[in-house]
Amino acid sequence: MGFDWGEITSNLPYLFKVGMVFTLTLTGLAMAGGIVFGTILAMMRLSSFRVFQVIAGGYVNLMRSIPLVLVIFWFFFLVPYIGGWVLREDHPIQVGAFYSAVITFTMFEAAYYCEIMRAGIQSIPRGQVWSAYALGLTYWQSMGHIVLPQAFRNMLPVLLTQTIILFQDTSLVYVISATDFLGAASKIANRDYRLIEMYSFAAVVYFVISFSLSLLVKRLQARIAVIR
Amino acid sequence: MGYHWNWKILFAPEPGGTGTFLHYLVVGLGWSLATALSAWLIALVIGSIVGTLRTTPNPWVVRLGNAYVEIFRNIPLLVQMFLWFFVMPELVPTRLGDAIKQMPPPWGAFVPAVLCLGIFTSVRVAEQVRAGINSLPRGQRMAGTAMGLTQMQTYRHVILPQAFRIIMPPLTSEFMNIIKNSSVALTIGLMELTARARAMQEFSFQVFEAFAAATVLYLVTCLLVVWFMRWLEARVRVPGLIAIGAGGGH
Repeated sequence: MGFDWGEITSNLPYLFKVGMVFTLTLTGLAMAGGIVFGTILAMMRLSSFRVFQVIAGGYVNLMRSIPLVLVIFWFFFLVPYIGGWVLREDHPIQVGAFYSAVITFTMFEAAYYCEIMRAGIQSIPRGQVWSAYALGLTYWQSMGHIVLPQAFRNMLPVLLTQTIILFQDTSLVYVISATDFLGAASKIANRDYRLIEMYSFAAVVYFVISFSLSLLVKRLQARIAVIR
Repeated sequence: MGYHWNWKILFAPEPGGTGTFLHYLVVGLGWSLATALSAWLIALVIGSIVGTLRTTPNPWVVRLGNAYVEIFRNIPLLVQMFLWFFVMPELVPTRLGDAIKQMPPPWGAFVPAVLCLGIFTSVRVAEQVRAGINSLPRGQRMAGTAMGLTQMQTYRHVILPQAFRIIMPPLTSEFMNIIKNSSVALTIGLMELTARARAMQEFSFQVFEAFAAATVLYLVTCLLVVWFMRWLEARVRVPGLIAIGAGGGH
């Protein structure tokens, strides 16, 4: 049984137009949502209000202690119930693998983005915050105009590296039978019994994308280092 | 909401007849830990060698080490799992491939999972080892040379003993990661903790009890590992260097 290149070329449209679009959309939405939610969590962890510290800290430690696969299962079954409760329905609502995955990855990655943003906020000298308060800025103004923009910029390479990890982790939606890039490859592999071709090709594609992104991050890191 | 909680399900017998569901899950945790520990051995050995090689003056050795790290870092764990499970047996000589495919369960899934996780984590260990070695003052290496030690001796007696003690905290988190990542092996049929929680949900329809029990088992494991590693870190830390969690001084 030789390596069948035709198997790959004939399935390219499905792999990319269905699979890769799913993977990239999921990565993009989860990154945006995760960074926003993660920043809020970081602000809670660093606030002087003890209840916020405990809630955010507990959430982050919980998410970081259990495997992503288990989190994916949790949300896959939990989200329909929460949706039903929010919408005041009697039965769990239908959510579907895509929205379930978006919610899962947003919530899960937020814990990791939170730790990055926390380090970023803590890297800003205290004097900056004191000057902001001395100028009469409120908490939200000093966060929004002084602290977060700098923290975000300092942490940009780390945030992007985490996003590359997120991009690779999205392949785990396989466990809820979603058709992401790997899911698409796997479906074709099992349909045509061409596992070697499909999985090798998937590995190459993931490698090329992740490796190029990591090179970009390295260049960005060098540029930011010069500006500082 | 219409969810019927039934925590007693944990003490009901599971359909396989091996005992209660709780027992079924705990055995799963055993498989998770067995997979993680075996893979950790591979990761430590290969990671230490590759990480050390990447700090040697030989540029070709460094490049080879870098290539190894980049390859296994930029392919998702799940894809690597499939490569080890589905593709590797087809690429090796036919007799060996057949022998691999005919391994009885659970070894047919356990062996590829251990190899995959071991190699995957070795890359991260290699990064830490390299960082640890590079964090040492240059003078250490020079002093070794000045004392008349060969390069091997300098690594063996001067550099590595210090580097390994410095990188204990990041290695702890890699060890936690390998336990968590062992759950990915459920995709190739290894019945570890997450897989068993999923199976319990299918047998009993008590989805949240199953996942909650698994979550608690993971949390307890996590706590125990953190405590053990804190104790170990305190014991092996290099006197005079700043160590996290170790208050005061001498």
